[in-house]
Amino acid sequence: MSAHSVINFVDAVAVYNGYPALAGVTLSVERNEIVLLQGPNGAGKSTLLRACAGLMPVIRGTAHVLGYDLTVDRESVRERVGLLGHQNGLFGELTIAENVSFWSTVVGASAEERTSAMERMAIDGKLAERRVSELSAGQKRRCALACLVVRRAELWLLDEPHAGLDAKGRDEIDRIVKEAAASGATVVVASHEIERAQQLATRTVSLIAGQVRESQ
Amino acid sequence: MSMSTSRIARAVAAKDLRIELRSRVVTNQVLPFSGLVMVMFAFALDNDDVLQRVAGGLVWLATLFSLFMLVQRTFAVETYDGALDSLRVAGVNPQGIFLGKSFALFVQLLVLESVLFVAAVVLYRVNVNGSGVVLLVTCVLCATAGLAFVGTLYGGLTAGARGRETLLPLLLLPVVAPVLICATRATESAFRSGGVTVGEGWPWVGVLAVFAAVFGLGGLLSFGSLIEE
Amino acid sequence: MNTETQTFTGVGTPATRLYGLMAIVALGWVLLGGLFFTPEDAVQGDAVRIMYVHVPTAWIAYLAFIVTGVASACWMIGKKHSIGFDRVAGASAEVGVLFMAMTLLSGSLWGRITWGTFWVWDPRLTTTAFLFVTYIGYLAVRGLGGTAHQRARRSSVIALLAVLEIPLVHFSVVMWRSLHQRATVLSPDGDIKMDGIMLFTLLCGVFGFSVLFAWLVSHRQRIMAMKDAQQTTAIDVAVTERLKEAQS
Repeated sequence: MSAHSVINFVDAVAVYNGYPALAGVTLSVERNEIVLLQGPNGAGKSTLLRACAGLMPVIRGTAHVLGYDLTVDRESVRERVGLLGHQNGLFGELTIAENVSFWSTVVGASAEERTSAMERMAIDGKLAERRVSELSAGQKRRCALACLVVRRAELWLLDEPHAGLDAKGRDEIDRIVKEAAASGATVVVASHEIERAQQLATRTVSLIAGQVRESQ
Repeated sequence: MSMSTSRIARAVAAKDLRIELRSRVVTNQVLPFSGLVMVMFAFALDNDDVLQRVAGGLVWLATLFSLFMLVQRTFAVETYDGALDSLRVAGVNPQGIFLGKSFALFVQLLVLESVLFVAAVVLYRVNVNGSGVVLLVTCVLCATAGLAFVGTLYGGLTAGARGRETLLPLLLLPVVAPVLICATRATESAFRSGGVTVGEGWPWVGVLAVFAAVFGLGGLLSFGSLIEE
Repeated sequence: MNTETQTFTGVGTPATRLYGLMAIVALGWVLLGGLFFTPEDAVQGDAVRIMYVHVPTAWIAYLAFIVTGVASACWMIGKKHSIGFDRVAGASAEVGVLFMAMTLLSGSLWGRITWGTFWVWDPRLTTTAFLFVTYIGYLAVRGLGGTAHQRARRSSVIALLAVLEIPLVHFSVVMWRSLHQRATVLSPDGDIKMDGIMLFTLLCGVFGFSVLFAWLVSHRQRIMAMKDAQQTTAIDVAVTERLKEAQS
């Protein structure tokens, strides 16, 4: 754990409806790491990712992300963090191109960044013109990732990004994650895909019953 | 890398209006509903003179009933796939979101009210001319701005979590009461119902303008807090 | 973050007991005086006795509204966001809703006796009705759940929006009703010339109900503090259980 940790949680507790989804998480993630977060359902993986994104209040312990103290201010960190949750955050009646264009406008990305994001997600011109509601789960996921890429976030938080994808789709996710880390981002992936993810990640962290169990 | 509020507002408004153009929920569901409400009023009131006299009030009542549907629709678009969450996580300026969504709601409300006024002319036999038209248009613009701001503001609070949508009418109706009172009086002046002159309508429009300004500003300041979890 | 640890043995303190006693004495007088010792009014007859309850509760209803607004503003403005302000805002709203209901009820009864109708679109009565519904909405928003901070943030915004809204409602209703001006403006609230023992009883009522309001709000916000502390303890327990679950 260095002074420049991207994520630094010590005994963090986060509560949802009175239930301690995170019951004392101690975790440290350094820059450029690709961390795999694994654990059974209900362990608190999604909550941990949401807490890192500043969406869930941390009520006990310390929680620092990118230097921001989340127990004091969980809004400033958001600009620099990208979260891909269970939902894609897309607008079904719009095309992929329109979705990516909307997200790039509201975060201030340029047209080149937008084109490059779509290329990285292997979204060609024809696919880009299709409405999101007509797409397969994998294509929607890629669109959501394109919207995430365009934000140039320093910390990527991906919640089950491989879910619902075929083998090819999953390979593409891995490629994208590695590229993101290579270009300076830090990535935390919550996933059930243990074997695959171990090729992908630099480190694995297990989360059980709201606490970190082991870290390799 | 933060964007200016006006660019965000424009992007959000354009997005909302484009989605409406594609999905046609307002034109296919809300407009027929409001038209039906106008017909139902005629069934309930059963008196041509009374209908003509109260036509202004009925138009605004029908607007308010439809307002709930419009507000819930505009936020359903955001919560369906977690887009509002994503907007929050991205640190997008809430003021921009508020202005953009208010503008889109404003446009949809204007479309709705135009149809309702036409229905009033046809079904309730009111007529407007000359200075009445100027009063009516100003009244509609001010009242609609107020409704759009308030709808977006409270809609943001009640969006998303289960069991919250039912809060919307309870919170919204008391707040829009001044709009109902003032817009109805101004509209009656414009229609010259019951011998009211057009000149008497302008003070009411003044109150509507104040309402819109107060809640526009209030909304800009508070929207971020209300959509926050 | 700080975890508050407070021990509570009861919500009464010497101060609250004192003004509880004062409230009982003052309201006792209002009850006896209002019903028996004061004369009937020259114009309204016995109906004026309702005023001893209606006027004070109307005053308290508006006071509660102001207290909620001020407490919400204090919560928002203070850097520490001291949760005590939010509790006072919530307690004042709950007690205020009670007084608003009493105002509407007593005003309505007064109207029935004096004019023969249960309701009249008098501006102050109408605004009180709106205040009532608005505060029910406010209490519903308080019940939305989340941490104390989340609750305080949402509620303070809604309370301050209500502060903006209520004058607008009142002004619109005043303008509206001025179109239907009556010849005899006999309203449930003002223009009652009282003197002597009637005025004294009225002032007793205002004093007694004010003190009652303060008593109720003090106790209610202390109960809220206890509830928050209980919630904190419950979280501690839940965390410990979860830790055990992990070890098994």
